[in-house]
Order: sequence, then structure tokens, then C-alpha cells
Amino acid sequence: MMDGDLSPRGYEDALTGEQKIRNFNINFGPQHPAAHGVLRLVLELDGEIVERCDPHIGLLHRGTEKLMESRTYLQNLPYLDRLDYVSPMNQEHAWCLAIERLTGTEVPRRAQLVRVLYSEIGRILSHILNITTQAMDVGALTPPLWGFEEREKLMVFYERACGARLHAAYFRPGGVHQDLPPDLIDDIEAWCEDFPRVMADIDGLLTENRIFKQRNVNIAVVSEEEIMEWGFSGVMARGSGLAWDLRRAQPYECYDEFDFLIPTGKNGDCYDRYLVRMEEMRQSVSIMKQAIAKLREPEGQGDVLARGKLTPPKRGDMKTSMESLIHHFKLYTEGFHVPAGEVYAAVEAPKGEFGVYMVSDGTNKPYRAKLRAPGYLHLQAMDHIAKGHQLADVAAIIGTLDVVFGEIDR
Amino acid sequence: MTEQLQELAAHIELRQPELVSSTAITLDELTIEAVSSDIPALIEFLKSDEQCRFASLVDITAIDYPGDERRFCVVYHFLSMYRNQRIRVKTYVREEEIVPSITDIHPSANWFEREVFDMFGILFSGHPDLRRILTDYGFRGYPLRKDFPTTGYTEVRYDEVQKRVVYEPVSLTQEYRQFDFMSPWEGAEYVLPGDEKGEKA
Repeated sequence: MMDGDLSPRGYEDALTGEQKIRNFNINFGPQHPAAHGVLRLVLELDGEIVERCDPHIGLLHRGTEKLMESRTYLQNLPYLDRLDYVSPMNQEHAWCLAIERLTGTEVPRRAQLVRVLYSEIGRILSHILNITTQAMDVGALTPPLWGFEEREKLMVFYERACGARLHAAYFRPGGVHQDLPPDLIDDIEAWCEDFPRVMADIDGLLTENRIFKQRNVNIAVVSEEEIMEWGFSGVMARGSGLAWDLRRAQPYECYDEFDFLIPTGKNGDCYDRYLVRMEEMRQSVSIMKQAIAKLREPEGQGDVLARGKLTPPKRGDMKTSMESLIHHFKLYTEGFHVPAGEVYAAVEAPKGEFGVYMVSDGTNKPYRAKLRAPGYLHLQAMDHIAKGHQLADVAAIIGTLDVVFGEIDR
Repeated sequence: MTEQLQELAAHIELRQPELVSSTAITLDELTIEAVSSDIPALIEFLKSDEQCRFASLVDITAIDYPGDERRFCVVYHFLSMYRNQRIRVKTYVREEEIVPSITDIHPSANWFEREVFDMFGILFSGHPDLRRILTDYGFRGYPLRKDFPTTGYTEVRYDEVQKRVVYEPVSLTQEYRQFDFMSPWEGAEYVLPGDEKGEKA
């Protein structure tokens, strides 16, 4: 018997206890604005309380890992952009690190600094999107409008560095594709000076907002034990007071030279995770400023690619040297060969630990590449976290998990 | 880093000699091999032992080696946030062999094992809900096996006559291109088209 059933007998049965009240199953998504993409949740509700939550994923599955097996290492790089498409360069970073570790390539200092600078831009891109859309899920409309203006500016920085606003393909094995022009560095610095003002605006809209707090405080509380059980990383772990950040714990690139703090939450609820993300953006701006300062130092000058078998020769060399011309042709047709072996390279992506497990058999294509997406584990815990919460909280929880289906479905 | 890993490897081998078949350190990463039936016991040890504390599961995946007697290699990655170390556990299994599930030890293994089942067709015993996860509802075959074609077998389109989505066998206007980068001067094992005559002469 459904809810809309108005037969008089139905009422009598309910009153006399003859009719059993049963739980209600609903489909949340895949076309729901709060589903952040193509998530389909099958929810079992007892009144308004979620009893069971079964996420159906894979609606955006493109078989990235299968495709990677039939393409060269360099051709595979742009696939990484299409995983977590709100912070593309952070994914490329993991791919490049894996190749560099297998081949033993040393990345030039300037390229390392550029990578750090653009990784932090990616982090801010992702956090702005997450904070503002999560706020929209719980009823605030202004933050996305203000936040997206800043994202727009950051994507222009992406475009000026590599020619694409979203799918950058900028980080290459052995460095970055092209050097940054000096005026771009100046403009990024000017943006860093201006951004705290926007942060303060969003802060003023949300942090002490009564509705925002009512919807987020004490929702989806995560304990340290749950972090371990469900394999959380990134903000999901830091929001509960665990100061775990791969940039600090297992430094890659030149993050160990940078001075930054790791914000942690106290209660492990949605509100604390929001605060952690806000503070991480401030820290990212500080890292960006430091990276810009280092880029201007004499040590920060030089080439942005480790010239060798992995990277193309300089354009000028190709005009005069036959070997360079052959090398260029072979690099972009056959690609480079990676020594046989296996490696797991992880970076602290905005959403948590993003890893690439690469098995090479010595040819120009990876034998197997596994992409470890943080959102996959976070969404997996959805059933555990959402149980006992109200239906309206489901939207807030999906928002705080920071899921992006590009990386979950791969 | 490598010294710490050597210490850790020695510790694990000392404490659980019958569970560990071999250990290796390559590129600053520790890999342990074990027999598939020992996997739950070994992982329980890695999780609870005070020197290891590999409490968070990072990843489970598999690699296909067609032609090998033990065709699949199931790979587990673990991270210890307390000791700041990583470890990789590998086990080689035959095609029809069933691997014990570790969902009781690490609840987060649930979706990973479903994914491995979905992509490779490896079964896990004791898994609470071994459904397909990433592929389509009603999908057949195991896409990440090496003998599965990259294009797949079926394609979908909306049919105007039947007014619904229909599944059809894949028809490509152009053959899927697999380039051959093997140089004939570097010992390619095949005969190039047109070279057959030269062989005879």
C-alpha cells in the first residue's frame, strides 16, 4: 500500500494495528542537483530517517584504466585530467611522479616550483567548488556566485600557462610543458593579495550563519577509528583531528621547503570539515606566495624540463641537430620506454590521497595502471555515515564527502 | 627510509615466517608475497601488530598475466598513518581460484573487492555483497582482462522506431588501431609483409 492510498480501510487498519507500516524506498539521483554528478542512491527511509543507503556508481565509467593499457605513457597523461576535473593538475602530478620514480628522473628546480604553485591553485579550485556547492545544497545561493568568480580567475591562470582552462596536460614526466611568462607570475601574485578579501566575504556569509550551522554542526561525525576502518584521507581525516597530510608526512617535489600549517578539526562533523577547507585555502595562498618568491630567486631560474629521453628537445636544437629531430619524432610517435617494475606514487590531492599504481613491463605502454581515487573510499562509507540521519542531511553529507564522479567511476 | 623498511621486513618475517613467502624492497617500497589462503591472517597481523599498525587500506587491485599458470596477481596496498609507512602485499592466484575476502578486517575492502570482481572476475569468499560496481547493469565479461577487447562487445544507442535504448554488437567504421612500435632491426619475431620471399631465398 502506497502513501497516496486513501481507501478508508487503510486508516482503520493503521488504527487497529492490522496494517504494518513499512519502510519507504526512494531513488536519489542520478539526475538530482545535490548528487554532484551522476550518483544514484537507493535510500531506504523510515519516515524521514535513512535506514540504508546503497550508492550505485559507475554511470560515468569510461574505462580509463583499460584505455591506458593501449596508449603510451605520454598519451595517457591527459586522461588524468578527466578524473577529478575540478583540480586536474593534481592528478597529472601523481602520474608524472610515478613515471619519474620508475625512470629515476630528477625534475629541475623551476619545474618543481611551478608544479607546487599549480597544485595549490588546483587545491583552491577544488575547495572553492566544494565549499560553495555544499553551502548551496544546504540552502545558501550566494556563495557559489561569489566563489565561481574566483575559480574563473584561477582557470584563466591555467589557460595562460598551458592553453586550456580545464584539461591542462601541463605537468609532463620530467617537468612541466612550458615556462611561465613573468607577467603571469605577477598576476598570480596580485590575485594572492586580493583573494583573502573574497575569503572574508564567504567567511562572513557562512561561518556564523545560523542556518548553515544548523545544517552542518553534528552532522556526519567521523571518529579516528572510522577514518582507519574506511580508509579516509585528506580533509575527511583532518576534519577529525588527525593531522595527516602527505605534503608533510611523505613530502614529494619540494614541499619540505615550504612553510605551512595543517589545519585540523575537533569534532569531525561537516562544519569542522568546512572550516578545515577554508583554512587550507589560506595556507595554499601562503604556499603560492612562497613559491612565487622562490621562482624569482636566482636558484629558481633555468629550464622547466629535464632534457633527456623523456622530454622533447628544445625547438632551437631541432633546427640544427638531426639527432634532436629524430628524438622529437620518436618521442611523439613511439614514446619513451619505462624500465620494468612497479611503483605506487601518491599525492595529497584536494580530496585526499590520490595514487597511481603503475606496473611497467619495459615497453612504451603501461602494463597496468591503477588509479586510486580518494572519493571512492569516501563514498563507500556513505551507508555507514548516513545511517540514522535525516533525508535532508544526505545532501549535506554528499557535499562534505567531496565526491567528483570523474575520479570515482574512472 | 630503506633501512626502516628492511627492519620492518625482517620483523614481519621473524614474527610470521609461515605466512610470508618472500619480501622485496624496490624503489623504497616494501612488497610482501603470500599465499592467497594466508591473506586474512597476514593482514590481520599487519593491522594489529604494534610495530606495523597498517590500519588503513589504500587500495586493492589485480594484474592479469594471461598464459601464466597462476594468472592473476591480487595486490593490496596499506598505509600506516602511525608509523608513516606503506606496504604492498601480493598474492598470485589461478583463474578459477577464490580469494578470501578481507572485509571483516578492513570494511573499506568492500568496494575494492567488488571492483576487482567486476573487472577481472576474481571471486572473493566471505564478501557480503559481491555485485558488479562500475560496469553497466547486466554487463557481461571482465573488462580489465587482457583478452577483453578495448572496444568491448556491445554498444548502445537510442532506437527511434522502438523508442528505447537498444544494445547492439559493436560495429566500427574503422578498425581499432594498435600500433606496432617494435623495430624490425631490434629482433621482431614476425615477418614483415613482403619479406616472405626473402626468407625463402
